[in-house]
Amino acid sequence: MSTLVAASAANVLVWIVWVVAGFSCLASGVAVVSFSNPFYSALALIGNLGSLAILYLLLSAEFVAAAQVLVYAGAVMVMFLFVIAYVGPRMEAPWAGGPSWQTLGAVGAAGALLVEIVVVISLKAGDSLGTSAAVGASFGTPAWIGRIFVTDHLASFEITSIVLLVAAVGGVILGSHTRRRASETVAPNVVEQREPVGGAR
Amino acid sequence: MLGPGVAWYAALAGFLFGTGALGVLIRRNVLIVLLSLEIMLNGANLALIAFSRHAGNGAGQIFALAVMAVAASEVCVGLGLVVALHRRRLAIDVDRLSELRG
Repeated sequence: MSTLVAASAANVLVWIVWVVAGFSCLASGVAVVSFSNPFYSALALIGNLGSLAILYLLLSAEFVAAAQVLVYAGAVMVMFLFVIAYVGPRMEAPWAGGPSWQTLGAVGAAGALLVEIVVVISLKAGDSLGTSAAVGASFGTPAWIGRIFVTDHLASFEITSIVLLVAAVGGVILGSHTRRRASETVAPNVVEQREPVGGAR
Repeated sequence: MLGPGVAWYAALAGFLFGTGALGVLIRRNVLIVLLSLEIMLNGANLALIAFSRHAGNGAGQIFALAVMAVAASEVCVGLGLVVALHRRRLAIDVDRLSELRG
């Protein structure tokens, strides 16, 4: 009887954590889309990623939650904030002047996509979503992830490393190409005047 | 599995994906389009991990980690493009970047 009470108390606790994390996840997602300053949008996305990491912990995916915080909220968002600070804050008023046909079409398309996702999941899954499989304590731990990464999913591991290498090379080429062009030109001022200057600060 | 069932996670993932799609379609700043793209990828990741836990199978978590690596690559190339645009004094606006020659 006491174990039953403890189990239901844990259930209520998990529900509370889920509701708080899910609400903050959705709210920060809406904030990312609606802020006019990209700096605030990036900060809201950090909150979104943190609450998603809590949801991953509830799903007993400890390694993915840690990777989410380290890779996304750490490395990727630092790079985003650096580039936003480099480019400079460019305000944009997304909701000014009433809804345009483009905005209405976008809302319709996103709503249709959402309805499609919900309908497909509820129709195809049916009642098989009721009971989840029982998993051991090692499910989602770094040791377990590492073992299945180099045994069952070795091809995806290697392909991921190639994708990262290609992206790094592409980033270096994109960054160095323009620098070489600017230094090779004899009169960079003429080049700058020829370009459209609409986005310059 | 304690707490909400997998259907709740799937619904939350669908809402996240819809929010990100809305941002990608509405906003015109390239940086915010990239941030909204991250929300879409994270919605897909949440669904993958929820169904991985539901089925007791680790393939979904491996897939989520691969999606994370692809997202990092996409941010690397996308932000490289933004920096290159800024160096050429072009507008960071997807509606005005309609020609490849710039």
